[in-house]
Amino acid sequence: MNMVEAINHTLHREMTRDERVMVFGQDVGVNGGVFRATEGLLNGFGARRVVDTPLAEGVIAGTAVGLAAAGMIPVPEIQFLGFSYQAYHQIAGQVARLRYRTRSRFDAPITIRSPFGGGVRTPELHSDSLEAQYANVPGLKIVMPASAADAKGLLTTAIRDPNPVLFLEPLRGYRMIKDDVPLGEHTVPFGQARTLGDGADVVIIAWSFMVELSRRAAVRLADQGVSARVLDLRTLVPLDVESIVSAVETCGRVVVVQEAPETSGFSSEVIATINDEAFYSLEAPVVRVSGYDAPYPTGMLEDYYVPDVDRIVAGVLKAIGEIA
Amino acid sequence: MALVGLDDSVVKEMYSQMLAARVFSQRLFNLQRQGRAGTNAPVDGNEATIVGAAFALDPERDWVLPQYRELVGLERFGKDVLDRYVLFCIGHPDGGHIPEPVRVWPPQISLATQLPHALGMAWGLKREAEMESRPNESCVLAFIGDGASSEGDFYETGNFAAVLDAPLVILLVNNGWAISTPASSQTRAKTFSEKAKGFGMPGVTVDGTDALAVFDAVKEARTRAIAGAGPSLIEAITYRLAPHTTADDPTRYVPPEELAAARERDPLTVMKSEMERRGLWSEDWEAATLVQADERMEQAVLAAEARPLDPESLFHHVFDELTPRLSRQRQNFGAGR
Repeated sequence: MNMVEAINHTLHREMTRDERVMVFGQDVGVNGGVFRATEGLLNGFGARRVVDTPLAEGVIAGTAVGLAAAGMIPVPEIQFLGFSYQAYHQIAGQVARLRYRTRSRFDAPITIRSPFGGGVRTPELHSDSLEAQYANVPGLKIVMPASAADAKGLLTTAIRDPNPVLFLEPLRGYRMIKDDVPLGEHTVPFGQARTLGDGADVVIIAWSFMVELSRRAAVRLADQGVSARVLDLRTLVPLDVESIVSAVETCGRVVVVQEAPETSGFSSEVIATINDEAFYSLEAPVVRVSGYDAPYPTGMLEDYYVPDVDRIVAGVLKAIGEIA
Repeated sequence: MALVGLDDSVVKEMYSQMLAARVFSQRLFNLQRQGRAGTNAPVDGNEATIVGAAFALDPERDWVLPQYRELVGLERFGKDVLDRYVLFCIGHPDGGHIPEPVRVWPPQISLATQLPHALGMAWGLKREAEMESRPNESCVLAFIGDGASSEGDFYETGNFAAVLDAPLVILLVNNGWAISTPASSQTRAKTFSEKAKGFGMPGVTVDGTDALAVFDAVKEARTRAIAGAGPSLIEAITYRLAPHTTADDPTRYVPPEELAAARERDPLTVMKSEMERRGLWSEDWEAATLVQADERMEQAVLAAEARPLDPESLFHHVFDELTPRLSRQRQNFGAGR
């Protein structure tokens, strides 16, 4: 199953499990979502639970607050994460604070799904990686699956979580990422990173589609005699500090990969965490591989912008001291 | 006005709650001056809109999402509303927790952001009724002001509410001012209520100094909402008779003659006339009502000031459980202080 099929399959299962689950957003109904993530939901569950909304991100996120307070389990979709700027005041200012400001009178079992990320030649604002902006908002959980099986397991956990979750789906991975997805009950707990490979020279820490590229980089590095493991964070909030520390203790050398611009990206948080918790296990400074501090560029420039296997390999070689 | 049906006892109760609202509000203003409360927004001029609406609703079925000026006038929905609002004003975190079963949300400081929440709730109540195969009997009323009607959330909500036929009532209290910005700088529309036409819902403008006129308009909108006929926009015109908040100096911008004219139509005066017309008013009764309100407020303030505060509660309610990161921060909390 590919990732978008896994998401669709999970939405079907969760809507069947609990009739309070509602899916709404732009084009999620008749069209089944512009990526078909919500395909078949309208037929399966009807127009009262699967709702095509007006084109207005703010009210999509904002109504989720009221629906949750009325006892529903809203699963709104923001069609592209770049357009969540138009819902930012509701997501950061309201969704994330509902529980806190009402001292838990209202909880917010809201899962906001949104695709993001580059590599598919989209128009402006369709590819921006905004996870760091949201990770800096108290009260939001940030979930970024890198495999189809995790997309199912983590989305299931998200929908059942009584807290608001921003569930970010890599555009490029929707169809490119394919793996075995358990068809029955399958949940993946938040805050537990996943290790790929058992390389011990270096750990590449990544999330979402950058995990796939890091995995490919590890394969190429193995040919060069460098044994790398990949740590897929899966969720940025909550963060699996234990697995990061353990990987740093094992490998001593670390590369953090993110698609977002470098400054104030989530890799900075990972590195600060290593500084706090595992500094004396480091054998070299941590290397960052990231997008640049430029707006996400137009299609013809994006391959120069988004980290690729070559840049990750170069980052690893730098971390192990083979290139300056 | 179709007010013949309104009992004298109800009119009397409405007037006493309007009087009380102003007493509560003035007390909060003074508390701020004494350094015992933070910035707060006086109610003066808005009493008729709040109490008129509250009496048109069913506190056991309907919900109110206030902006912030309204919390002193919603005693009909439960005593917790005022008690928690006093906590809110003194900066106690429990001020945001209006307990079950009171169907009022805490103050919303970010203007108009409560409108999508109100719509979501109206949508959810309707959905709940469908799930339970029963007719919906609840509506949601959201207050906003003339200034907040310039926010995107107002337009996005009005539009979507009509599309959903949601049981929502938007009560836009046009009190003439958004801090120092007059209503004339918010819009070129002749009235705020005519914006409803663009949403595809009924819009009506009423005299917001007349609690009975507000009562009527809200009653009608509520009936429509519960019948499944969709949302309504009510504009209630009144005048802000006090500063925007304790931090404001309206002498910089409010024309004195305009304010003086508005005082002639003070909602309390308007309601007092109605009381007199019905032979319900007496000086002794009013004096006793004011004393009662003052004692009520005194208790609320003393209880609020005596309420314990747990500094570690800073970490509670961010999520249902502490994340490991919050746990670590709480463990280190207080170190170095």
